[in-house]
Amino acid sequence: MKKFINNVDDFLKESLNGFGKAHSDIIKVSFEPNFISRKTKTKQGKVSLISGGGSGHEPMHGGFVGHGMLDAACPGFVFSAPTPDQMQAAAENVDSGAGVLFIVKNYSGDIMNFQMGAEIYSGKNDSIITNDDVAVEDSTFTTGRRGVAATVLVEKIVGSLAEDGGSLEECKKLGEKVNKNSGTMGVAFTSCTVPAAGKPTFDLGNDEMEFGVGIHGEPGRKREKIQPSRTIVNNMLEAILDDLKPQKNEKTLLFVNGMGGTPLTELYLVYDDACEILKSKGIEITRSLVGNYCTSLEMQGASITLLKCDEEILKNWDSPVHTAAIRWGM
Amino acid sequence: MITETKEYMSVNFLISQAKNIQIVIDENAAEIEALDQNIGDGDHIFNVQRGLKLVVELEDDIKNLPLQKGLNMIAMKVLSGIGGSSGALFGTFFMSMAKTPDLDKDIDFNKACEMVITGINAMKVRGKADVGEKTMMDVLIPVSEKLNELKSGNTEMKEGLSEIIKIAEDRMLGTKDMLATKGRASFLGERAKGHIDPGARSSQLIIDTICKSLINK
Repeated sequence: MKKFINNVDDFLKESLNGFGKAHSDIIKVSFEPNFISRKTKTKQGKVSLISGGGSGHEPMHGGFVGHGMLDAACPGFVFSAPTPDQMQAAAENVDSGAGVLFIVKNYSGDIMNFQMGAEIYSGKNDSIITNDDVAVEDSTFTTGRRGVAATVLVEKIVGSLAEDGGSLEECKKLGEKVNKNSGTMGVAFTSCTVPAAGKPTFDLGNDEMEFGVGIHGEPGRKREKIQPSRTIVNNMLEAILDDLKPQKNEKTLLFVNGMGGTPLTELYLVYDDACEILKSKGIEITRSLVGNYCTSLEMQGASITLLKCDEEILKNWDSPVHTAAIRWGM
Repeated sequence: MITETKEYMSVNFLISQAKNIQIVIDENAAEIEALDQNIGDGDHIFNVQRGLKLVVELEDDIKNLPLQKGLNMIAMKVLSGIGGSSGALFGTFFMSMAKTPDLDKDIDFNKACEMVITGINAMKVRGKADVGEKTMMDVLIPVSEKLNELKSGNTEMKEGLSEIIKIAEDRMLGTKDMLATKGRASFLGERAKGHIDPGARSSQLIIDTICKSLINK
């Protein structure tokens, strides 16, 4: 394992320290329990948005704390859900009285810990659970689909509504709409190495890729021989379109997300392939996002998220945002 | 290796069991990690090891406390110090055990069984998982059912504990050919088959260690 580490046990603390110092104009980092909150207090009457999850997905979620997105984020250990006391402390810190909306990715550990956090927090709160990954089947009897990259879109779009004074109920409703209208598919070319493990989570041959990979290097739909980008992107989009079934000429947001180890050059190439394929199917791309936003440590690979957009979603996507990782309009 | 214990349930009993379990888990860490990497993401063993370390380190703070207080402190430590599914589930386990009535009286074997049954039931509710879903509950629920039988039956205690060891092992091995419908392994579909669930393995090791220490006492 080659990583910038002093001591494995201090990995998260030192990384959070650096994050706090680098973005001290936007956020502050609190320790024991660990959470990241905005530098400025939540304004009266504004619903507070809190997300969180295992670390190793940076900039998700700490990088999305700031004006127009989250009020706080709770980072767990690498790839392990945060603990209920973190959610409670974050909620107590940022709630201005209008209530707290927890945004949770659909992973068992995240669900359980956020539920317990919500139970012990005495203020008004509600939760939305993202489950945009079309690689796994959904069923009421199972854990269901994973919550992955579309969580970024949910946090941006709901964050805008909360900033504009949307109520807890309205924020939840919009978040659920964004989640329902988005689908994600991921591919990995390499594994990633959890610092505490010291070795790659899985082995992939030089000419192999994992199709339908999750954001922790957990295996996906199937293992295949690597193919030209256009073929891979086409297969990813087919899985998404099968699920989302967009209308002809329906407006969409196309989000190409890097897993951490793939250069932007390649992500833009993927974006180009996706544009051409979607255009040939008569699907209109009206907004875009390309970059590393929901990562799996140093994994090479990418995910594609497509979001069907109505006017409400577009308006809240375009509104000003100022976080460590996403900034525009201000 | 197995420490002598004089009680069925007390703060000292819990700490000495945690120390025994720590040794056994460390010995089997590589195997559990490999199981998790096959069908999960490899964090389970680190969470279990971190949790055990935290409980053992609590010794000086809790050794003189009444059982209920000690259990609550263990619960909070586990809940806030581990993370992931394991933290939530084991935290729930200890928190619920602490809510068993009459903990200030002497705890006999039946009472200890009742506490563990209460704890496992609460884990079942928290994780919304039942048997047959390729999780640690595949081991814990049958063990809880057997404890319930022992509690009300006439089986000799050591014999009963031997049966529990056998049940835990069978059920752990039984997760190998299951499809997973809960937890991260559920995302794999058919590909999860052929691998023992790492949570089932760590739970079985914990039960095995406790039962053996009681049998040998």
